[in-house]
Amino acid sequence: MSTDTDTQNLTLVQAVRDGLRTEMQRDDDVIVLGEDVAKNGGVFRATEGLYEEFGDDRVIDTPLAESGIVGTSIGMAAYGLRPVPEIQFMGFIYPAFDQIVSHAARLRTRTRGRFTCPMVVRAPYGGGIRAPEHHSESKEAFFVHEPGLKVVIPSTPADTKGLLASAIRDPDPVVFLEPKLIYRAFREDVPTGDHTVPLGEAAVRREGSDVSVYTWGAMTRPTMEAAGTLAEDGVDCEVIDLRTLSPLDRETIVDSFEKTGRAAVVHEAPRTGGLGGEITAILQEEALLYQEAPIERITGFDTPVPLYALEDYYLPSPTRIEDGIREVVDF
Amino acid sequence: MSDVFDREPDDPVRVLDVSGELVGDRPDLSDDELLALYRHMRLARHFDERAVNLQRQGRMGTYPPLAGQEAAQVASAMALEPRDWIAPSYREHAAVHVHGLSLSDILLYWMGHGAGGWRADVNVLPAAVPIATQVPHTTGLALASKLRGDDAVACAYFGDGATSEGDFHEGLNVAGVFDVPAVFVCNNNGWAISVPRERQTASPTLAGKAAAYGIDGVQVDGMDPLATYAVMRAAVEKAREPGDRPRPTLIEAVQYRFGAHTTADDPTVYRDEAEVEAWRERDPIPRLERFLRETGRLDDDRIDAVEASVREQVSEAIERAENTARPAPDAMFADVYADIPPELGEQRAHLHRLRDRYGDDAFLRD
Repeated sequence: MSTDTDTQNLTLVQAVRDGLRTEMQRDDDVIVLGEDVAKNGGVFRATEGLYEEFGDDRVIDTPLAESGIVGTSIGMAAYGLRPVPEIQFMGFIYPAFDQIVSHAARLRTRTRGRFTCPMVVRAPYGGGIRAPEHHSESKEAFFVHEPGLKVVIPSTPADTKGLLASAIRDPDPVVFLEPKLIYRAFREDVPTGDHTVPLGEAAVRREGSDVSVYTWGAMTRPTMEAAGTLAEDGVDCEVIDLRTLSPLDRETIVDSFEKTGRAAVVHEAPRTGGLGGEITAILQEEALLYQEAPIERITGFDTPVPLYALEDYYLPSPTRIEDGIREVVDF
Repeated sequence: MSDVFDREPDDPVRVLDVSGELVGDRPDLSDDELLALYRHMRLARHFDERAVNLQRQGRMGTYPPLAGQEAAQVASAMALEPRDWIAPSYREHAAVHVHGLSLSDILLYWMGHGAGGWRADVNVLPAAVPIATQVPHTTGLALASKLRGDDAVACAYFGDGATSEGDFHEGLNVAGVFDVPAVFVCNNNGWAISVPRERQTASPTLAGKAAAYGIDGVQVDGMDPLATYAVMRAAVEKAREPGDRPRPTLIEAVQYRFGAHTTADDPTVYRDEAEVEAWRERDPIPRLERFLRETGRLDDDRIDAVEASVREQVSEAIERAENTARPAPDAMFADVYADIPPELGEQRAHLHRLRDRYGDDAFLRD
């Protein structure tokens, strides 16, 4: 953690920009590239001003080609640079999937460390902004399933800057997914200048003794809202924001469950094959004898994210989260 | 029309100049067809203006405008038969309407309803939102038509940015190898969001990329409706009737999109307004209107009648789309599989129970 006490009041998307800018000032090898990242400053304005400050050798508008963007970044990373490619929406990451899982993730393994891939693939992710098709995907599980990758999803502006800095400095490839529903939903004081948050450590957002609720990204806020409502009824939730999905902070996950004996997982990704299953398995493996109730998964449905007329039914709402937690507590 | 194909990729086909003067061979279109072409272009322009306004008023989601592309879309689609197929991008509202989707079908999709954007009796694939993914689909449709011994032609529409994607190259390559009845229409509108055509590819033309796949590539003035029709007609006929030329064609329709990439985009950040104004000189609608007036096919009264009918048609479509009830949440589960698997059925039942217990207001955020 940084010891710098100066702060700026930033939104999450401004924290992305501040994190990129700080790392680019710190390290000339950091290069931002992707569709519309330079002159346009990114379609969400996450890279606004970087082109003006760092020029077109370090902030590069690329042709419209996700596989090309990530594949080029892999080459740059192998050469010694630290590319930060942007994929405009997570739903458009699939052409680059081959490059990420077939090459970025295993370059170190295949060369016994001779070549590495210190690259951060950034993508806005998740639903809830009334966007068109393929703009609302939350398929973090695809990447968590791939050995050799790290997967990070922040939920607050300060974490966004700190985790992004750590991801850029990390010697291995990181998929950094930004919950766009909360890009501008609120502000928070974010340390200016150098600020890092370590990868692989979950944050306890709310301490409680009755039930552990595990979540990440945009679902952290409705989960906190549900926890607040439940508190009025005397249900004391411990809310854990995982922040890094790969590697998972098994220690914090298990310690909390050993305290409460009850658990729910909240994610907006489809239920089957989602991270909720993995967290449940960890608890079964490491803390079975503490378990007081079945573990509840409160998730998106096993359907494509619907067009926005039905999107609100798809995403876990505070009411659904509250209902699911009650199932666990009332068992 | 072999002269359509026997030309350099940077020698665009032109029939009407910017002032509406005939400078090339007028394609074989009846007076009624010429008026239909004009009327459809006016309809597309008005539809587009209203759609942008609906988005601004919060009555519709993000919408990709087409203004400037009316000639390229309408004239090319008019050269297709109903049995032919269109695999559109997300901007071909006019082309898919000409091919049979109603305006309210199109609006419903952008209003976030899954019931919109397709029709059971029309050969139009759903809008492809990822870029260039529909290009190999088109090759597949065309290969299927050929294997079945049908004479249906498949047509893909995509933008200039799509030509940078792997799917574009893979789709055209396979089309060339199997010599399928396909037409690939690149609506080169100059910009892929903020990236200008010059930064998209170092190729001097997009039409020239066809050479890499052993197929014909033709550049056409995409804001000249008569030239676009002529080129598309020749490409469709060549696809349908195997001769001694390869059947697939890549058409680069050079044009300009006057508006933003979508209603979520602000082009003033990267685009010079003077450039937009310069392209307005080439606006396809006044261009065709002048030609039709000067050849006695159109006068003030008929123009007024077109204007009135276009307005009425778009208003009715908006009313129909807005009066369509919000889909029931069951629609989300209905067509994921032919038969709903047990786990998904349980998820649907769970949502039913939650709605019964808490009411729909507990789920809707606005």
